[in-house]
Amino acid sequence: MLGDGDELFSLAGEEFAVFAKAVYKSLEIDYPKFYKMSNMCKLGFLASEYLLKDVNIKEKLVDRSRVAIVLACKASSLQADIEYSKTMGEIPSPALFVYTLANIVTGEIAIRHGIKGEELMLVQQEYDKEQLSDYVSTLIDEGNTDFCITGMVDYDENHHYFADVCLLGR
Amino acid sequence: MSVYIESGNIISPLGFSTEENYANILSGRSGLRLHTDSRLSDVPLQLALIDDALLESTFAAVVGDGSGFTRFEKFCLLTVTSLLKNSSINISSPDTVIILSTTKGNIELLESRESYDPRRLHLWHSAALIAKHFSAYNKPLIISNACVSGVAALVVARRLIESGKYNNAVVVGADIISRFIVSGFQSFMSLSPEPCKPFDAKRDGLNLGEAAVSAVLTRTKLAGAEQQIEVVRGAMHNDANHISGPSRTGEGLFHAIKDALAGDKVDFISAHGTATAYNDNMEAVAISRAGLNKVPVNSVKGFFGHTLGAAGLLEAIIALEAMKDNRLIGTRGYSEHGVSEAINVIKDTGRHEVNSLLKLASGFGGSNAAVLLRKTR
Repeated sequence: MLGDGDELFSLAGEEFAVFAKAVYKSLEIDYPKFYKMSNMCKLGFLASEYLLKDVNIKEKLVDRSRVAIVLACKASSLQADIEYSKTMGEIPSPALFVYTLANIVTGEIAIRHGIKGEELMLVQQEYDKEQLSDYVSTLIDEGNTDFCITGMVDYDENHHYFADVCLLGR
Repeated sequence: MSVYIESGNIISPLGFSTEENYANILSGRSGLRLHTDSRLSDVPLQLALIDDALLESTFAAVVGDGSGFTRFEKFCLLTVTSLLKNSSINISSPDTVIILSTTKGNIELLESRESYDPRRLHLWHSAALIAKHFSAYNKPLIISNACVSGVAALVVARRLIESGKYNNAVVVGADIISRFIVSGFQSFMSLSPEPCKPFDAKRDGLNLGEAAVSAVLTRTKLAGAEQQIEVVRGAMHNDANHISGPSRTGEGLFHAIKDALAGDKVDFISAHGTATAYNDNMEAVAISRAGLNKVPVNSVKGFFGHTLGAAGLLEAIIALEAMKDNRLIGTRGYSEHGVSEAINVIKDTGRHEVNSLLKLASGFGGSNAAVLLRKTR
């Protein structure tokens, strides 16, 4: 029942701003909201863009109310939290505060691709694919989900970033 | 195979047990107070905060030495310790998992003047601390999905038990109110200067509150109990519309309600009801789209404020207690109907047969969740 676990996107190392901009440009998309996103959201957005650019994958996602997004992260939104907290002394920034939750990245991906199925953000100390796929199996078994974008999207307080997303399905 | 929920434990400004909280709700008491101390805010605020002195003394009596634990950690350890006193499950058993639901955990440490271990800022650290304290066998699961986290935890726990992966789950939901959180909501201008008014024509924002709540979900029927409460079904759906504003058509919440009910009837709805202009209207639209206009609905945020990662679980437990008592709790703060749909908002507390309830939650990121609880014979 579970298949299509193609690992699409695994990257870390290069300074994120440089990297993210380069990837965004290489995707040749026009999505101005990208520039407002937190680093974690940019990371998740780019990873999901790559995943869904694949025509073989995209053509499976016919009914997007039956496509789920179940992700995990390690650092939650801590990097964005620290950035927001620096504005607390003067004028707290709503544009930064909105990104101080782990699951905003799921929302950004859902908005971009019109995905209205189930969603969940977990926090893991170490990337645990089994914990994710165990849960995704139960979700798909329940009957209202056909496909699930799942994996890890993590951007930590030291600017280390890691994304590994795939599509699991019936 | 059914999944049941045993009574939970609630730690809140309205008491340190479910019984105490429920009794205070029936008496019409609210945990909201006007706070003028400048630690959290430069302007006076309506907040529902747990009393520190009471927390310290209760923790010392129930758990033990509290030095070395943060306020958030104390919340979590106290609620689970209290919960286990009334439960027969063994939290260290291989067939049991701990699920932590929180939005910001120890984020208060960012404001600390003293040095601290930066790993403590991580939610996985808090979960590991809890798991270690109770000698948990399994790695805990951590859900951080904005204000739907508490309901999501119930839904996830039910699925994991039903799949056979575990027999029991201890679900813990908690958040503390820090300047980080207060300043953030102030920057959104979403706080009301008054006690909040869910679904009311004059509603003008939410109040923040604190709670630590825990519950046991299990596939094992409670021995000797005449009645079990079943966690029947639940769902989480994204609006795919906006990251901080709810969908005007109640898209995600409508889907969540539909999937959670799957055609079943329901006697009562415990809404998210934050008392912001947009949320309450969105919920009314979703409830109406689902054809549930006549079903009694309330919000208890007028008693507790918005308790973030604890909210879904806190409000589900209160709703459950009221259901066992065959009572409908009035929506504190509501007097004049102020949402676009004709939904049946409960004004006053009173007796009413309730056999099933739907708990709703919505949150930033376009999240929405619903879970159906029902009495079984």
